[in-house]
Amino acid sequence: MVNRPEHDGLVVRGLARRFGPRWAVAGVDLDVPSGGALMVLGANGSGKTTLLRCLATALAPHAGDIWWRRRPLWADRAALRPDVVLLTHATRLYEDLSARDNLLVWARLAGMTGLDPRAALDRVGIPADRTEPVRTFSAGMKRRVALARALLRTPSLFLLDEPLAALDPPGRALIGEVVAEQRARGVTIVLASHHPETTGPWCDAAVRLERGRVVWSGLPSDATSELAP
Amino acid sequence: MIRLVQQIAAVVWKDLLIEWRGPARLSGLFVFAVAILLLMAFAAGSVEVMRKIAGGTLWVGMLLASTRSLDQSFSVEAEQGALEGLVLWPVDPLALFYGKALANALVLFGVGVALTPLTIAVMDAPIAGSPWVYLGFLVAGSAAVAAPGTLYAMITSQARGASVLLPLLLLPLVMPALLAASRGTTVLMEGDPMDQAGGWLGLLIAFDLVHWSLSGLLFSRIVENP
Repeated sequence: MVNRPEHDGLVVRGLARRFGPRWAVAGVDLDVPSGGALMVLGANGSGKTTLLRCLATALAPHAGDIWWRRRPLWADRAALRPDVVLLTHATRLYEDLSARDNLLVWARLAGMTGLDPRAALDRVGIPADRTEPVRTFSAGMKRRVALARALLRTPSLFLLDEPLAALDPPGRALIGEVVAEQRARGVTIVLASHHPETTGPWCDAAVRLERGRVVWSGLPSDATSELAP
Repeated sequence: MIRLVQQIAAVVWKDLLIEWRGPARLSGLFVFAVAILLLMAFAAGSVEVMRKIAGGTLWVGMLLASTRSLDQSFSVEAEQGALEGLVLWPVDPLALFYGKALANALVLFGVGVALTPLTIAVMDAPIAGSPWVYLGFLVAGSAAVAAPGTLYAMITSQARGASVLLPLLLLPLVMPALLAASRGTTVLMEGDPMDQAGGWLGLLIAFDLVHWSLSGLLFSRIVENP
């Protein structure tokens, strides 16, 4: 257990998580000041998704500490979860429901009754009058609906796991706009990416993971494509 | 507490909306149960035997339909990782359990209500006792399968072969409730001459109280221990 962290952003010390005998994350230290944005690079299987899922409290760490706003994230997860949003590979959508119904469901679960989902769907470029199930959507359209659902909330820590995957160029631009908007609101961002040339300008710092460890850290502008295979 | 009740209502609404938007699932359950009813009626041969097995046949149909329905209830959560999304949203694990268990009980109760006139017609077994007590059996019996069923469906949803594993775990556990529901329903169809239905219903309600309390606590611990 580390002492109370010096800043009220995201502080990670010695974070480790294994699946069976294999350590997916093995002693990661991170510091992301409040309102900052960190880009996490690394090859497939390097531990990016596990790291983000630990930060989102989807996975319990097997060792180490995560602090958010000077509070232990896992121990205080019930209180801190409304502050954190994770946008990940799994869309978390109900495939038999329309995009509109999906947003209504998630809004109601968050206690937002009377929400009109049209604005959120317009924001991500999905026509609100489409009544067919999400199952019939392309992967990119599903990612847009998942983004609309994430934007229903007003988090202070926004975690994005390969947010550009499956998106067309306008979709990628949309993610950039959303990240810029969130940063303007003072939201802290942690973003896992294989595209440092696109996502680098959105961030203040970058790290590269290899076999669950941080093997490089620096400025996003120094992150070359060799660092993000 | 108000927030918990609101979240339970939201989960019930969500699950029923998913069932409504995928009517093939509901009609599949019903057809499955009707097939069992017809098979048993033809196998019985005589009206006397049909009347004696009508209550049991109704519950066999509902039980087998429930294993399909419970399995589907969590396969939609597992399909795109929605279950994890619900925990992180965050939806209180208690609200998640009681919402899903209530929705499952309502679906099962709906199947029971739809099967009742068919059972009466096909088995020639009218409800000679109180129809309100009969409804009580449908409500309490559906609840008896739904609570432990929701818990086990969540546990097995992450496993390979979930649809095989679920009945293997669930059937032994709910057997006392099914015996009570089956016997009580049969007694009601015979007019309840010995005034036994109340006792069987009481047993069923006691089973519900124990399992709705225990399953809720266990569900919270399991879903919060990734």
